[in-house]
Amino acid sequence: MSVTQLGMPKVFHGSGNIVADEPFPDFARRELKNEQLRANLGFATHTIRSKRASVVGELPDWQELRTAGSEIKQRVMARLPELLEQFEENVTARGGQVHWARDAEEANRIALDLIRAEGAEEIIKIKSMATQETGLNEYLAEHGVGAVETDLAEEIVQMGEDKPSHILVPAIHRNRTEIRDIFLKRMPGVDPGLTDNPPELADASRRHLREKFFRTGVAVSGANFGVADTGTLAVVESEGNGRMCLTLPDTLITFMGIEKLVPTFEDLEVFFQLLPRSSTGERMNPYTSLWSGRTEGDGPQNLHVILLDNGRTAALADEVGRQALHCIRCSACMNVCPVYERAGGHAYGSTYPGPIGAILSPLLTGVEDRSNNSLPYASSLCGACYEACPVKINIPDVLVHLRGKDVDARHGKGEGGRKRRMPDQMDAMMAGAKAAFSNASLLSLAERGLPAGKLAAGRKHRISKLPGVVSGWTQYRDVPEPPAQSFRHWWKKNRQNGTRQRPAGERADVEAMIEANAGLADELHERFAAEAEEQQRAADRAALEAKVEEKEEVQAGVSRELDAGGDGPRDTEAGSTEPERPKPAAEKIARAASEEAGPGSDLSDKGPGRADPEPKGNAPMESEEER
Amino acid sequence: MRIALFSTCIVDAMYPRVARATVDILERLGHEVIFPPGQTCCSQMHVNSGYFDDAYPIVKNHVQAFSEWDYDVAVAPSGSCVASLGHQQPMIARHAGDEATAEAAEDVAGRTFELSRLLVDVLGITDAARQLGSYFPHRVTYHASCHGMRLLHLGTRQSDLVRTVEGLELAELPDIDQCCGFGGTFSFKNADTSGAMVADKVANIESTGASLCTGGDVSCLMNIGGALSRKGSDVATLHYAEILASTRENPLEVPASAPVSITEGK
Ligand code: SF4
Repeated sequence: MSVTQLGMPKVFHGSGNIVADEPFPDFARRELKNEQLRANLGFATHTIRSKRASVVGELPDWQELRTAGSEIKQRVMARLPELLEQFEENVTARGGQVHWARDAEEANRIALDLIRAEGAEEIIKIKSMATQETGLNEYLAEHGVGAVETDLAEEIVQMGEDKPSHILVPAIHRNRTEIRDIFLKRMPGVDPGLTDNPPELADASRRHLREKFFRTGVAVSGANFGVADTGTLAVVESEGNGRMCLTLPDTLITFMGIEKLVPTFEDLEVFFQLLPRSSTGERMNPYTSLWSGRTEGDGPQNLHVILLDNGRTAALADEVGRQALHCIRCSACMNVCPVYERAGGHAYGSTYPGPIGAILSPLLTGVEDRSNNSLPYASSLCGACYEACPVKINIPDVLVHLRGKDVDARHGKGEGGRKRRMPDQMDAMMAGAKAAFSNASLLSLAERGLPAGKLAAGRKHRISKLPGVVSGWTQYRDVPEPPAQSFRHWWKKNRQNGTRQRPAGERADVEAMIEANAGLADELHERFAAEAEEQQRAADRAALEAKVEEKEEVQAGVSRELDAGGDGPRDTEAGSTEPERPKPAAEKIARAASEEAGPGSDLSDKGPGRADPEPKGNAPMESEEER
Repeated sequence: MRIALFSTCIVDAMYPRVARATVDILERLGHEVIFPPGQTCCSQMHVNSGYFDDAYPIVKNHVQAFSEWDYDVAVAPSGSCVASLGHQQPMIARHAGDEATAEAAEDVAGRTFELSRLLVDVLGITDAARQLGSYFPHRVTYHASCHGMRLLHLGTRQSDLVRTVEGLELAELPDIDQCCGFGGTFSFKNADTSGAMVADKVANIESTGASLCTGGDVSCLMNIGGALSRKGSDVATLHYAEILASTRENPLEVPASAPVSITEGK
């Protein structure tokens, strides 16, 4: 844990798997070259986007729900210490035990002690981001305790000694053949004739896990929500394996970030509506497990909750940044994010990828921890994340806020009190622009240089190479030829401003004009909406079909390479092979399989704004929501 | 009425034709346009890059430039810069502990409109052909810039106005809600990701078969146009104000490769 002196109260920053070791742009550059990953991500994000848009569009009160979710979380943050104590009281009163962990290391140690007290050498786990954050599995392994992930995608990641790259689809970067190979190598007692057929893979996983469920005495879970006034914990998942973990073992240890609280049981109602539609694009979540303390003779008899801070109070102390703690880990922000879609989850270097990761990781660790200061810049600030977020976290605002903190820290100001570093090109560029933009006469003078730029553009009327820090621009684009004169200079020659002040009587009543035109924009919109939206749907559908084709083409290329014994980039269908739960899982697999066979045909009547009871092609997305 | 033009720094220096088109449209409607001479930039590049201290004098400059002149409304041919006035300027002033400037910034922002909002909501323009004489017989596609869409909630004002131009045919752009990858300094700080984004945008534009792509923010259009140019594409970009300003008598010249639209009027 790093402790930062802030004059007075100490800020305890988080540790564990929440720090990027490599700057985002560098990691992203490599990932962008992985055609398979890009094709998978492009297809998966577009599919889940339209699915989410369609189920969200069904609810007339979606915006009110978002507001309610956001307000509940604001209230939680305002009263966090008090609510945590209330939660502890209620868990204890119902026969559970609450443990407080300041950071990742402490949380892991507490868990290890509890596991050792039970004499267990192996535990089963429900997919949990809190334990990924603390690196629990690795910690337990170091201390001789095995941890078995029971979420299929998570199991694949674990067996492949890999890192998850998406909250919902942790193994999105893997293809079926790789999964088969991983199973063959790592799954005890697996049929050596296993093929890469999704139902077979699911079956292998089911058999393997069944045995673990019956044999293992300790389970570790995360929690989606903790209810202060009842001490209830909630886990939301879609496979059913989670419920096995929550009910079969004798001891249940739950990791919960302290921000996961809601004040009352009734508040859950809001989140149970927001979460499934935002994350998997489902109307209702398949498996929602709630438990309030211990029930004699039914389910786990030893219940523990480890409350994890790990930098959350530091985030709470940041007035702008604290809203990041509202996050319910639905993954909507990453699914709509154009940067995530290209760079993928690993580039964020943390348990938390995508837009939320770009703010949460630096908030937990402090913006200057290793490469976490590159994360707030990993965004074009397009705002798609904020628009999608079910609890209205204004991610773009927090990104900009954290950029400000980073610049301050680099300049020796504010948190961290690092030594001021030498001004770099960016500083120089900003200082120059500041001078010109603070003073119109200076800017006007600078604009006299435009003809020189025109000259530089030459006969091709464009500039194809810029130097230094802005060279990145001309890596992918030209700069147009500058004009012969600026608008300012044209105006001076061709127009004259009237007097600075006018007689009062000449002023227009703008408010009255706006009032008179109220509704005009809607009328105008209505005039074209039907036709435009129809055409838009057709255009989007064509684009999605192109994505499917692209994905297939890349996959075909990979298969050819594999047949030839090559080792090219691989495809993923990780989440498509759902284990457990025969019925829904079987359906999903069938869907995934049919998508494999001929995906284009499944997309015929999809599009935003249209209710689609059984949308196809999203099977790879299905996994569990997060705790 | 009297309308103060905020040209924005990038239009002023790189795309004066867009400011001139804006002046053209407003004067055609009989309004007086002034150009407060002290103006420079909204400060967005500095704010979005985290240089809050450097942004402060720029904010002060803008607020002063637009407070010392008397006008009814201000207008800018940019969704992004208008959004920045209301969204970022007060924050920057407060960050510097200057409440008076923060409030003055809120006042200026409250009176500054993005062009399409001014045209529709204040001036009641819903038919560019009839009310502005706009004529542009070309097949065009339209990119909706993020800040106009998500921060200003402009909805379809810009594209709807474009649709009412005589002779124009609008081809819907696939994935219209996707960012073009500009993002200010993002475009060179994360050049590879930004480059991948604009490559997809360009592919979508080319798939429409239109030879022109319009939009409401020249920064995005410069990004898109720059990538098209690098690719050797014939597709050109232009601001929608230029389309609205084009008339039968004084048509906007477009690159020779742009095909003339087949539809007759609207
Ligand atoms: S920040 Fe992202 S993952 Fe968290 S609730 Fe909002 S959209 Fe979901």
